[in-house]
Amino acid sequence: MPESVTDEEHTEIERSRRTDEELLSRGSDRASLDVGGAARPREGYGTQAHIWQREKVFELSDVRISYAGVPAVRDVTMNIHKNAITALIGPSGCGKSTLLRSLNRMNDLIPTASLDGTVHYHGEDLYASTVDPVRVRQLIGMVFQKPNPFPKSIYENVAFGPKVLGMKDDLDERVQGALEGAALWDEVKDRLDSNALGMSGGQQQRLCIARALATDPDVILMDEPCSALDPISTGKIEDLMLELRESYSIVIVTHNMQQAARVSDATAFLIVELDEAGKQRTGRIVEYDETEKVFTNPSDSRTEDYVTGKVG
Amino acid sequence: MASRHQRRQRAAVDAARLATERGSVGVTRAKEVAFKAFLLFSVGIGIAMLVTLIVKAFVDGMPRLNIDLITAFPSALPEQAGIQSAIVGSAYLMVGVAAITLPLAVGSAIYLEEYADKDRWWNRLIEVNVQNLAAVPSIVFGILGLAFIVRGPLGIGPVILAGSITLSMMVLPTVILASREAIRAVPDSIRQGSLALGATKWQTIRHQVLPAAVPGVATGMILALSRAIGETAPLLLVGGVTFITFNPELDPQDWFGFDSQFTALPLTIFNYLARPQEEFRTLAAAAIIVLLVLLLTMNSIAIYIRNRYRKRLEQN
Repeated sequence: MPESVTDEEHTEIERSRRTDEELLSRGSDRASLDVGGAARPREGYGTQAHIWQREKVFELSDVRISYAGVPAVRDVTMNIHKNAITALIGPSGCGKSTLLRSLNRMNDLIPTASLDGTVHYHGEDLYASTVDPVRVRQLIGMVFQKPNPFPKSIYENVAFGPKVLGMKDDLDERVQGALEGAALWDEVKDRLDSNALGMSGGQQQRLCIARALATDPDVILMDEPCSALDPISTGKIEDLMLELRESYSIVIVTHNMQQAARVSDATAFLIVELDEAGKQRTGRIVEYDETEKVFTNPSDSRTEDYVTGKVG
Repeated sequence: MASRHQRRQRAAVDAARLATERGSVGVTRAKEVAFKAFLLFSVGIGIAMLVTLIVKAFVDGMPRLNIDLITAFPSALPEQAGIQSAIVGSAYLMVGVAAITLPLAVGSAIYLEEYADKDRWWNRLIEVNVQNLAAVPSIVFGILGLAFIVRGPLGIGPVILAGSITLSMMVLPTVILASREAIRAVPDSIRQGSLALGATKWQTIRHQVLPAAVPGVATGMILALSRAIGETAPLLLVGGVTFITFNPELDPQDWFGFDSQFTALPLTIFNYLARPQEEFRTLAAAAIIVLLVLLLTMNSIAIYIRNRYRKRLEQN
């Protein structure tokens, strides 16, 4: 059963003023106000409850991810909330992608990777030995930095997820629904059998989003989804993200601060720190708060330097 | 079909090359010319040898290049002799080699590329072994086939299946190598994308990696077959009798023909060349032409497949 994170466990974490204790305790105080419960409603919330009051999708507690014993990112304690776009920003090497990949257990594919601490998904330990990574990845989808459509037809691309997961009924409707959800249906409905590699970069990335949507996920993780795209495609995908937020929870890693400011509801700012010996570079969270606050009135001077462009 | 970008690129490269060549003055220019002449000379020698071989075979074999060649069986009388049993025997052998080699090679390649932990010593040992096997002389495989397949533990006798197994052992390392290259060429982003959707490792291999690797595997397989079809030494030992006047029977009792004695094109050529009569040498030359045509066709198919699918994957 899930353990709620106690305040004592967090006093040792150095944080900026809007501390993690407040966030977490606020979260647990307001637990009774959470909307949604166990089911994932498809329809939007309309006038949304405040982000910290929504159900917690992920609860990370003292997470440290290491490669071959060397920590890449540590002391991560944060909650990710439902139907929100949570952005992870920070300079290169601060472990944003590593952290993102830990949320759908993609780090399992790297033999030397290990995770300490706990990641709870809707209250359940994501890394428990009884958890099936395949099921995890069905519910928590991922879109990568460089669009990676399969060298197959558009239909086969979107249908692949449901097929391998055994969701074989109503495949046509499922494919259509996913493509509509990714704002791609009208552009490709007449050429579903054509090779996916013939599409433009922006279309390919939307196809990858459609692919992730086809498995009925709960969360969509995006690792710098627009960094390989032109500004117009980027804009389209950002609009898409805001639409998707109604039905899914989105976590996005981005180098583009303006993008984080535009689309996200909450932003976590990470930095890289050298250890005492000056040899290892490890990432950690400096500040995690509502986006507006992080960008207009950040609590930590390092955050302020980064978002105003003084550094990084 | 070259895109506008590719045409512009080519034009730029040509212009640069011209500038480099024309720019040379005096001694440098002479060196450039001499170097180019030497390169052309090297290529020319190789091509000249090949052309001489083909032309000689044609000139010698022309008188017997007719349909009788393919319809008739070997005979003591040169006028009545043909090579039908040799062609059919070679065809049977190739079918056997393909059927045996393909699953073994693809399986080995998948294991070595997708599952084997390269840090383990036994996996490195397997890799080294596979590479060494490719260097073993073909007659050694013949001895192996004779000892263990024709006689010894398997003891099936000097039949087509024995020939196929022996030739398979010989070409297996090549096809494994080609399959590994093909699997390795599939971008890792495809695997990541597939796994991120919830597919298992095997599902990813079966539905994404293998289909993308098919052209490379097919090319390797065809090139291996084109090598196997010309091999003589192992077949001599495994019992390719050279004077066969019948085709294998497509009889289930005879393992659909694989349990029959056989001959093959290179064996028949060898046999005809050894005969004293001049007419048999003409027949041998004609048979050589048939063999060359087969080789050329197989290699062309392999190259065509490789080129066509390389474009498809590179459309990214």
